[in-house]
Amino acid sequence: MVAAGLAAEVSARASARATARVYWRLLRAGFRRQSTYRLAAAGGFVANATFGLLKVAVLFATVRAAGGELAGYDVGRMNTYIWISQGMLGSINYTGKTEIAVRVKDGSIAVDFLRPLDVQAAEITTEVGRALFALIPRGIPTVLIGVIIGMTAPNSPAAYPLGALSLLLGIVLSAATVYLVGVCGFWLVENRGVQICYMVVSGFLAGLFVPIPLFPSYLRIAAYATPFPSMMMFPVDVLSGRADLAGSLGRLAVQLAWLVAVGAIGQAMTRAGRRQLEVQGG
Amino acid sequence: MAEAAGAAPGAAVGAAPGAAVGAAPGAAVGAAPGAAVGLGARLRPYRVVLAARARSQTSYRANFALDLVSSMLAAVVELGEIWVLFRSVTHLGGLEFHQILLVFGLADLAFSLADVAFGHCDELAVYLRAGTLDVFYLRPQPLLAQLVTGDITLRRLARAAAGLVVLAAGLALNDIPWGVTSVGLLALALASGIAMFAALFVWAAGAQFFLVDGAEMTNAFVYGGRYAATQPASVWSRPLKALFGFAVPMAFCGFLPTLRLLGRPGPDWFPTWLGWCGPLAALWAWGMALAFWRWGVRHYQGGGG
Repeated sequence: MVAAGLAAEVSARASARATARVYWRLLRAGFRRQSTYRLAAAGGFVANATFGLLKVAVLFATVRAAGGELAGYDVGRMNTYIWISQGMLGSINYTGKTEIAVRVKDGSIAVDFLRPLDVQAAEITTEVGRALFALIPRGIPTVLIGVIIGMTAPNSPAAYPLGALSLLLGIVLSAATVYLVGVCGFWLVENRGVQICYMVVSGFLAGLFVPIPLFPSYLRIAAYATPFPSMMMFPVDVLSGRADLAGSLGRLAVQLAWLVAVGAIGQAMTRAGRRQLEVQGG
Repeated sequence: MAEAAGAAPGAAVGAAPGAAVGAAPGAAVGAAPGAAVGLGARLRPYRVVLAARARSQTSYRANFALDLVSSMLAAVVELGEIWVLFRSVTHLGGLEFHQILLVFGLADLAFSLADVAFGHCDELAVYLRAGTLDVFYLRPQPLLAQLVTGDITLRRLARAAAGLVVLAAGLALNDIPWGVTSVGLLALALASGIAMFAALFVWAAGAQFFLVDGAEMTNAFVYGGRYAATQPASVWSRPLKALFGFAVPMAFCGFLPTLRLLGRPGPDWFPTWLGWCGPLAALWAWGMALAFWRWGVRHYQGGGG
């Protein structure tokens, strides 16, 4: 009796380890796959830098016109915000386009359902792997531009580990949220409308073009009612030291809560969609 | 027909008559009216394809409705980004919000109209990667013409409508001396703006032949260009003025015509009279675009399929 219980526990632990290994491999595969597109990475960096310079122009002009300080941003802090947010551009999905959407539409998702893996977890893990790689060719050089122009560093060194954690949560949350857009295709077949809707609102509400503290209060509340600030604005706040320790922990908690909620919705949609799925053709 | 007959003896007997019957009427019908009718007949394939594309987009109704709404929302959000900044300041780059409406309206309307026709050029990278571009070479139409008419995105018209509303609001809210010159200036600015954005799409497509999966590099100039065109160029640093003022002449879409229309003095490098020079900027943009396109097409060696 005891031996049987022990054996079951051992085998459960072994299978948990095997599962972890599979997802670790998926993460690395996503990372490696992105690393083969060198020119794409270079192109992404050019895009980050060009948009960054345009943001510098218009946002610096705004700060200066407001008398050198606006909602807690001076030129140095604005610069920090601009280049960290630009550096994350390759790792946070603002387009709403995913591979899973294509697979749902063309029916190859049926094959994914046959695999002994959770479809949602596998897709998110691969996406996160790619997003993490993008930080190397696109993230770091972009932030370096900001350093050259003159960024304000955070006061406390705790901002760096907390910021790294917040960044990781933001990346996972982005992959988990954009997954929801993809699986809408189970019901819509053509999900481009949802995807474009996502593309339009996600960047704005994440604070990509204008930092959220500059929003009028009702827009700020509306933004905070969505998961988008948790993808970009919060990691930037924590990394740049705009949020103090309590503020940083609070933001991390909100990010985690959104991740749990979005993950649960994704799981439910995947299950419902599996019953809904109708593969056309033969 | 002669070839088919020549090849037939080895093959089954049934094949040769089948080929002959199929080919003969097709050839006769295709050749005779084609020579007589000319332009109308030559444009017909494009018309049919475009009509089919338009129908196919409206067939998924829920999706199409959402498509239209979000396209319009895109323009609203982009204007919102600028409006948010104006809540904290009264002037940005020497312009007030109602003056920015003119810059934004002109640039956004021009972009969306160019996007309806030429936005499909973005897909070239996908065709190149999949090797499906080779099919285009088999059809008796110019490559660029096929690419442009390959798709027409109706939802982008919704965005153009939003741009038009903003422009109309800008025209109503500003004190503009109406006359032949101001109307002419507006028409000129809009026409050259559309031409410039169209050229940008073609330029980017030409560059795809070399970049293949580096589409983001050209996106920096196409979509970065759209973002730049809606800004007051007076806030730009010198490198940006060189890049988006002259190399990719985005300031000529909205900002410079607006300065001329309102008769306001321009910042460094941008004298007010440049507002009339949109056509020159468009010519320059198209020169670059066609050069890149030709260069790219000559470089292309097929998908290997």
